[in-house]
Amino acid sequence: MIKNKINYSQRKYVIGSIFILVAVILLIKLFIIQIMDDSYKQSSDTNTLRYITQYPSRGKIYDRNGKLLVYNDAVYDLMIVPSQVKDIDTASFCRLLNIDNATYNKNFKKARHYSRIAPSIFISQITKEEHGHIAEVLYRYPGFYFQTRSIRQYPMPIAAHTLGSIGEVTKTEMERDQYYKLGDYIGKSGIEKYYEKELRGSKGMKIMVVDVHNREKERFMNGECDTMPVPGEDIVLGLDADLQVYGEYLMAGKTGSIVAIEPATGEILAMVSSPSYDPNELVGRKRGTRYAELLNDPDKPLINRAISGTYPPGSTFKMINGLISLESGVINVNTAYPCNGPNSTPISCTHYHHSPVKLYDAIENSCNPYFWQAFHDMMSSSRFENQKAAYEFWYKNVTSFGLGRAVDSDIPFTVAGNIPAKELYDKLYKGVWNALTVRSLSIGQGEILVTPLQLANVAAAIGNEGFFYEPHYIRGFGNNNDTVFFEKHIIDIKQQHFKDVKIGMQNVLEGEHGTARWSHINGITFGGKTGTAENPHGLDHSIFMGFAPVENPQIAIAVIVENAGFGSTWAAPIASLMVEKYLKGEISRKNVESRVLTFDIEK
Amino acid sequence: MRSKNIIGKIDIWLLIIYLALVTVGILSIYAAAFNEAHPSIIDASQNYGKQLIFMGVSLFIGFIILLIDAKFFNALAYVFYGLSIVFLLMVFVVGSKISGSTSWIHLGPLSFQPSEFAKFGTALALAHYLGKLDTDLTKFKTKVIAYGIIILPMLLILAQGDAGSASVFIIFLLVIYREGMGGKILIIGLVAATIFVLSLCVSKWYMMTGLGVIYAFFLLIIDRTKKNVWLLTGILIVACAFVFSVDFAFHHVLKPHQQTRINIILGKEKDTKGVGYNLNQSMIAIGSGGFSGKGYLNGTMTKYNFVPEQHTDFIFCTVGEESGFVGCFFLIALYLALMLRIIHLAERQRSTFSRIYGYGIACIFFFHFAINIGMTIGLVPVIGIPLPFLSYGGSSLLMFSMMIFVFLKQDANRMNIL
Repeated sequence: MIKNKINYSQRKYVIGSIFILVAVILLIKLFIIQIMDDSYKQSSDTNTLRYITQYPSRGKIYDRNGKLLVYNDAVYDLMIVPSQVKDIDTASFCRLLNIDNATYNKNFKKARHYSRIAPSIFISQITKEEHGHIAEVLYRYPGFYFQTRSIRQYPMPIAAHTLGSIGEVTKTEMERDQYYKLGDYIGKSGIEKYYEKELRGSKGMKIMVVDVHNREKERFMNGECDTMPVPGEDIVLGLDADLQVYGEYLMAGKTGSIVAIEPATGEILAMVSSPSYDPNELVGRKRGTRYAELLNDPDKPLINRAISGTYPPGSTFKMINGLISLESGVINVNTAYPCNGPNSTPISCTHYHHSPVKLYDAIENSCNPYFWQAFHDMMSSSRFENQKAAYEFWYKNVTSFGLGRAVDSDIPFTVAGNIPAKELYDKLYKGVWNALTVRSLSIGQGEILVTPLQLANVAAAIGNEGFFYEPHYIRGFGNNNDTVFFEKHIIDIKQQHFKDVKIGMQNVLEGEHGTARWSHINGITFGGKTGTAENPHGLDHSIFMGFAPVENPQIAIAVIVENAGFGSTWAAPIASLMVEKYLKGEISRKNVESRVLTFDIEK
Repeated sequence: MRSKNIIGKIDIWLLIIYLALVTVGILSIYAAAFNEAHPSIIDASQNYGKQLIFMGVSLFIGFIILLIDAKFFNALAYVFYGLSIVFLLMVFVVGSKISGSTSWIHLGPLSFQPSEFAKFGTALALAHYLGKLDTDLTKFKTKVIAYGIIILPMLLILAQGDAGSASVFIIFLLVIYREGMGGKILIIGLVAATIFVLSLCVSKWYMMTGLGVIYAFFLLIIDRTKKNVWLLTGILIVACAFVFSVDFAFHHVLKPHQQTRINIILGKEKDTKGVGYNLNQSMIAIGSGGFSGKGYLNGTMTKYNFVPEQHTDFIFCTVGEESGFVGCFFLIALYLALMLRIIHLAERQRSTFSRIYGYGIACIFFFHFAINIGMTIGLVPVIGIPLPFLSYGGSSLLMFSMMIFVFLKQDANRMNIL
């Protein structure tokens, strides 16, 4: 195959020369770094390099007023490099560490199994005091050295559920994120888990030259290859530590929750779930055993009832129903409905009051027949195509308060609760149902379930007259005071309707017949609604939600005390004490406080 | 009978060099990824075990290639090229992200990098095109098509964010040079590369001043005919435009991590914990190997996983640390032998296709070899391309092996071509 082209075959020498030239350049550079430059080499064969992980300090956590909630304290991990362990006096070493021979062998085997040459933890979290006298003689035991670690400390034993805890990484966590190595700590729950990336910072590495006597001689290459740890970011929470302390104090001995939200921002001011535990108990070496104890406790202190306990909202739900009926145009503030007290059908009234009642009085007296009739009239109104369409209107508005879905913010593991969709009833009643079938909804019973957090958020939305920010823990990072906002939700109901409902709610506390009139606070306008959730398993749950001051709410609150009966008896006074504490800083009604504290559960 | 025939005719030296490199590769991956819990080299749950399987598959496919008719790859060159373009396009639809760039396709349990296949496809297509009787590199049309064959896959790979793999295609210029491209282009390329690197190092205003001075200097010494002055001015303008476009490309086209990599090589940035970390650790590992190394499986840096990606892109560290300068010397010599043997064999081909294909693969090996080793010792920026036959990875080992076997077949068949 001869082609009529110039023969360029001499160019093979050019290309071959390029190949050779580049190979020679590579060899020259290799000669320089491998033979001429000593800085890359270890100084002698007997020396070994020790790679010491420099753990960053984990970010601290503060409350909204700058009070320290979580900080770090130093402990020491005794590290082992199995391949460097030679001729040591095991017996004296065990005495020094106060462990038996079997433990020594077990830990040694475990470390060797992990790696012969990479360091692993031999004994974790040795206290400062123990560290002192072990460190003095540790040079006798080559292959062992100390590594500083920090553990979490809590100056105040509060907010255990919110803050969460850290623990050793599991295998799956290590596989998911290569950053973590065996023995590292990772946020397991609460703030510690959600803000793990921000709080943890990043690890550094110090390389030391170690001589045959297990002494760290010098920094390898003057520390040029070391990396510095980057400390984690501090976090400021919306939490008010004083309010949280007080809430936990009030709830001691009771089962239930308090959630307080700042309506203007959606920040959680306090979140109490009772029974609780001291976060300091889940720290350090005792974490494992204590955690198991808490897990098996029949009172379930590990469960955060504020976000995962679901309850029928009872009468507090009438506020939403009232708003929706107003918005549908079926009723207005002057619409009056008759009430026959306990003889009313299909739902009786639990309160005695005049009849007929209008909206303000209906709220003040928590009149069941009023809200049933308003619900019924809306459902059968000609404004809607049919009852199903009316129900969908109702459903859309109820869920716009954040009900029936998990909270989408930095609060992990929130529960959705339940707002029954049309399809459920279609299935349940084979398509044939109407207002009467689902009448329990009109007074907050039936299939509706809410969490205390959702209820507090409803209070915030009503207090704000039609909007809320997705509730969240965080206020800001580090030193910058920028507030972190989460999504703002606007409820499609006219502001005037909210104003009307708020008047009724203020009457609940300040009106002559208000169901919570014993819990009003002098000098603070306070609006709220009591509720009693029917509990098939025992005594009813006492519920209250509210906000203060009414004109410009700074706190929205929900309280649920399980098996405590009427909302007015327990939940309302607890809420009022929390509001007073937050807005005034002190409690003037000592009698209310002492009554709340003497609570006795009658199961 | 035919197969016996062909086995007897294949170039035994090239085959030996190939087998030697693959063996060094397996041993190095074993050393780099050694896991005490799984000490057996044939443990398929470990990377070295998997690589051993890839090696078996590569040899099997290589054997099949030797049995196929030699004309097959020439005849179907465009089909292979077309397939690689289709695979590259598929990445945009079904590709998955691995370390910053979308360049992998997953087919059930298998995953492969279409860019590996594209190198092979491009080498075949270029050889096939330039091997045709009616092509002539002095003609404009031939040039456009030849460059087009190279640039198309390059652009597709670049669009996937894999600048490293895309850069490999630049080396095909050397193949075109062998087939008659003007030598000036190599010189212009060299000057352009110098300006390129300088523009990254110093501010563009200094560069302009420098170019102005050079311009003035030449203006003084040359014969100032109208033509020469215009030519010189034209060169100045092109050079200045080039400086500006490099500056623009660097700040607006390259991603921050790519900028950082370049800055570290140029010494403008010192970063021992981020991108510089790999490089620093890699150089410590290689440097600590000294003259004769620490001994096989005794590399402390290596064992510690101090060099990230050690079994893939930084496999050379293992050789450098454990077998020292002596080992590096022999390994580099082995690569040089491979490349020189291929061009030696390429020159004895009667078929233009075979010759150009030979140069194509020699240049691909050369680029990978130079950039990968250069990167581990701080001569070139950290570009994630594998070291042929050594780096862990099924699709790269298979593709490099196929390149070799197709060439072995072409060479063994050379006498059958009139």
